[in-house]
Amino acid sequence: MFELLAQHPLLAAVLTLLLLGAVFGAILGFAAVRFETEGDPIVEQINAILPQTQCGQCGYPGCRPYAEAIANGEAINKCPPGGEAGIQALADLLDVEALPLDAEHGEEQRKAVAFIREDECIGCTKCIQACPVDAILGAAKQMHTVIASECTGCDLCVEPCPVDCIDMLYEQDSLHNWHWPLPDPTSHRVEIIATDRQSAARSSDEAA
Amino acid sequence: MRKISGFHGGIHPAQNKAQSSQTPIVFTGIPPQLVFPLSQHIGSAARPVVSVGQRVLKGQVIAEPVGFVSVPVHASTSGTVRAIEERVIAHPSGHAAPCIVLTSDGADEWVEHSGVADYRSLSPGALLERIRGAGIAGMGGAGFPAAVKLALQPGKKIDTLIINGTECEPYITADDRLMRERAAQVIQGAQILAYLVAPGETLVGVEDDKPESLAALRAAAAGSAIEIVEIPTKYPSGGEKQLVEILTGRQVPSGGLPADIGVICQNVGTAAAVYQAIIHGRPLISRITTVTGAAVRAPGNFDVLLGTPMHFLLERAGWDPGDRQRVIMGGPMMGFTVASLEAPVVKTTNCLLAPTATELPTPPPAQACIRCGMCAQVCPASLLPQQLFWFAQGREFDKLEQHNLFDCIECGACSWVCPSNIPLVQYYRASKAEIVHLRRDSDKAEHSRLRFEARQERLAREEQEKEAKRAARREAAQQRAKQAHEGSGTEEDPIQAAIERARAKQAEAQQGAPDAAQAAIERARQARDDRASEAPRDQARLQLEKAQQRLRVAQAKLAECRQSDAADQVIEALEASIARLTEKVTAAQRQLDAAQEA
Amino acid sequence: MGLLRITSPHAHGPQHTPRVMQKVLLATLPGIVVLTHFFGFGTVVNILWGSVVALLCETLALRLRGRSPGFYLRDCSALVTAFLLGIALPPYAPWWLVAVGIASAILLAKHLYGGLGYNPFNPAMAGYVILLISFPVQMTAWAPPRGAGDIPGLLQALQACFTPDAFDGSTMATPLDLLKQNDSLLLQELWAQSPQFGRWAGIGWEWANLAFLAGGLWLLQQRVFSWHAPLAMLASLSLLAGIFYDGGGSASGGSPLFHLLSGATMLGAFFIVTDPVTSAVSVRGRLIYGAMIGALVYIIRVRGNYPDAVAFAVLIMNFAAPFIDHYTQPRTYGHQRSEGRE
Repeated sequence: MFELLAQHPLLAAVLTLLLLGAVFGAILGFAAVRFETEGDPIVEQINAILPQTQCGQCGYPGCRPYAEAIANGEAINKCPPGGEAGIQALADLLDVEALPLDAEHGEEQRKAVAFIREDECIGCTKCIQACPVDAILGAAKQMHTVIASECTGCDLCVEPCPVDCIDMLYEQDSLHNWHWPLPDPTSHRVEIIATDRQSAARSSDEAA
Repeated sequence: MRKISGFHGGIHPAQNKAQSSQTPIVFTGIPPQLVFPLSQHIGSAARPVVSVGQRVLKGQVIAEPVGFVSVPVHASTSGTVRAIEERVIAHPSGHAAPCIVLTSDGADEWVEHSGVADYRSLSPGALLERIRGAGIAGMGGAGFPAAVKLALQPGKKIDTLIINGTECEPYITADDRLMRERAAQVIQGAQILAYLVAPGETLVGVEDDKPESLAALRAAAAGSAIEIVEIPTKYPSGGEKQLVEILTGRQVPSGGLPADIGVICQNVGTAAAVYQAIIHGRPLISRITTVTGAAVRAPGNFDVLLGTPMHFLLERAGWDPGDRQRVIMGGPMMGFTVASLEAPVVKTTNCLLAPTATELPTPPPAQACIRCGMCAQVCPASLLPQQLFWFAQGREFDKLEQHNLFDCIECGACSWVCPSNIPLVQYYRASKAEIVHLRRDSDKAEHSRLRFEARQERLAREEQEKEAKRAARREAAQQRAKQAHEGSGTEEDPIQAAIERARAKQAEAQQGAPDAAQAAIERARQARDDRASEAPRDQARLQLEKAQQRLRVAQAKLAECRQSDAADQVIEALEASIARLTEKVTAAQRQLDAAQEA
Repeated sequence: MGLLRITSPHAHGPQHTPRVMQKVLLATLPGIVVLTHFFGFGTVVNILWGSVVALLCETLALRLRGRSPGFYLRDCSALVTAFLLGIALPPYAPWWLVAVGIASAILLAKHLYGGLGYNPFNPAMAGYVILLISFPVQMTAWAPPRGAGDIPGLLQALQACFTPDAFDGSTMATPLDLLKQNDSLLLQELWAQSPQFGRWAGIGWEWANLAFLAGGLWLLQQRVFSWHAPLAMLASLSLLAGIFYDGGGSASGGSPLFHLLSGATMLGAFFIVTDPVTSAVSVRGRLIYGAMIGALVYIIRVRGNYPDAVAFAVLIMNFAAPFIDHYTQPRTYGHQRSEGRE
């Protein structure tokens, strides 16, 4: 045996490689079984990233159906409320390229809350039926109202209203949602020239 | 001599305290108009209890607290309520917030009030109620309601009460002057607080650059159990967590409060305010504010009525506004630039700093981080500021949290030493806010998901129940038909018809959309697709048709309602909507015309 | 009057990156003077020519990357690279050697990684190693010191640089080379035989090292860097040298003093190891980083194939710096020790 191998180095090399392959394969296989990690199924992970507005702008009746569709290969850029950040998160999760938002399905907008002008509401319950998260309170022939904290801002209730009494109120800049912005990273680049000029002009002013 | 521990890092910026610490506290006077923001503290804003045009007296409650973490607002002089509206307040954003605007009448007439000379006759609960009623909120700068801090949780024993007189920020001398001139008030206030929380020991921490304060406090505290502790001058030793470590050697756990390790910390200003509130019954309506900086001619400390506009105070100090001026509320390390000088002095305004451009130059553009690590050496929280900066720049929020971003106290020491002038603190503030936003969004998303799923389940259940009912009805009808058939054999018409009707109805129901939401989505999508695909003219025509359709529906409904004597309200609403729809139709008509012309 | 909105803090400390770099440049001067005194104007010419190339390369790279050269040249980091590499190169190196070294340092080792602050490797040392591997002959030709050979003048130095073919300078092995090649002589005999040795180490080398030490101490006093990394490096180098000294026999690795005052020890300890960008950041990390460099310097000097070892040791530890940082994170205020490490 050894003589045979010694005489045919090629054979020896091939055999060695095969042997090594078998051993490492066995180790890896054992490790895969022994140390298996249980993760969330991919649909759950995708669904956790989606904004859950249930607005249907993606063309699916809700976020979970869209999550299922993404898991089956649907494009990840059809969710306007999730915005670019959401697409980026999906791209990271699925290890695919982040695409720009598909404009066909709408644009990323500020957060909104539906508001019913209550004196105009005729109590038709159409919006209640349309609301995907049961955020509208009311009964037939009774005035309806939106529970603002539950509203996802999907605007599905606006269309069915026969008297057009639902407004989408967009979030305004205020004391409560203001925060310092991140310093502009591009100010490392071009703006510096501008600020340089300003400060140069300033220092020459001071000198004068 | 007490053993003093240090804390990690810290810096020694130029103190610049002598400018304002030499002269005694001056009363500013009564401005013609005062503005009282309803939220001058951390927690929920107070609710106004006065109306426009009402005359109020000095010390009268004009807004009452809402919830536990809240304090009332008092009028700081007598006058007439002129408005309750949004006014610009002292906040880095420059946004407005609800305020009560008061026109002073110059009489400065006090509301009836009375103190309790012997505070020991009051129960701790009653004392706490008085402190809360006096509107006292942390005067060191953060503005946390004092009563909330002092309200002990059952089972928690406080072993150390710390009165914070460090005042480590450069330029500010308000506490220094207070301790020098009103040491007795501070000590008495500390005694009241000590009576309230019954700690093992009461310490007053003062930095060693204030020898006069130390002497005054020691004289006032002679014979009492209160110990005055001299601590080395280093910024930010006045930070609550840092001071706790200096004086007790213990660290406040991350995300926790000093009370978790048996410590309560209050500012000397708060102690003096407690004294005023308990002994004299005077609510917190004024405070001592340092006005300093090279742009004021007469820097010093002022006893200011809360609500005084900042420009009034600055003018008293001989402010000389220059080009590219900034006015900072607070010190040069943690203060923020105010956007408008109409903003009023509030409970947390310990300093107004008006530097000239040469004194505190505007920061030059940031250069590259050279990882010199000086920021990590000075960080009082032992963070790695340069790593945090890296992650903040890349918006890697998980990493930021892993590196304990939320333990950053935003003291500014890292930015101060940074040789490349990187606005590190701004990076941290922005990232913190963004993480909080993201957390809120994801909580909301989770909540919406649950509601959506609950709704889906409910719809499925309802459908099932309906189906079961239908099956039962069908069965019953068949049973009856059978019986009828067996019974007479001739009169089958009405029953047969009923069965037929039921079948038709069932078929209809099955054909119709089972899920209204799905239908709405379909419709919305349809509408969107239509809009996107059609030319403007078609779109306009479609809009017109839709509007006309709606108008017709509404008119029909109105007629129906009138016939059936519906409530007036409904009819009115319908009429309003018809009017609006008519408008819409005309508008759409006009648009269509325009499109056709084009 | 307009009110400005600026984030806190509004005050700023005394340190500024350009100032730091300028101080580093200033601190190299004593060493340069000593080197010039003992080896002639070769080093000065290296530095001047290198600075010109460095500024050109920096400007080019900044332009290509769309950044404002006027602003970024001001941080003087390119000059620091040119000074350090110019000092490290043998005097009387041909112009192209300097140019290739500087260009690799600035373009490859620095800007390819994103410029100042982003480079994982010390640019000067990366440039040096690229040259050492590519042009071993030119890189090991060190000039003889004053007293052991002729010292060329300024004109000759310029000639050596810009018309290298016409220059006929003599070269001589450095003391570190001699020690490495020695396998039969006692150190005392080696000392007596070779004219390059001085009182404690090589002629010129010992004084140059002391001069760099002086410059480094000044920087330390100016708080440009902390003492941890340099001290750890010198300590571990001395320790290893002390352990393996064996009294100066033929297999001796040289005395601790010899190692401290030979080659680029002090230059490395105070000007290379302290490069903030490529070193570890935390205090404990810097101690480990410096100590490991010291150990590597000794091992490579005594057992390796190259004349000096600082460049290799530094580059190897540059690799390890992020790793060291990861495991030496300080405990954040209010956290338990175990939480900080994962």
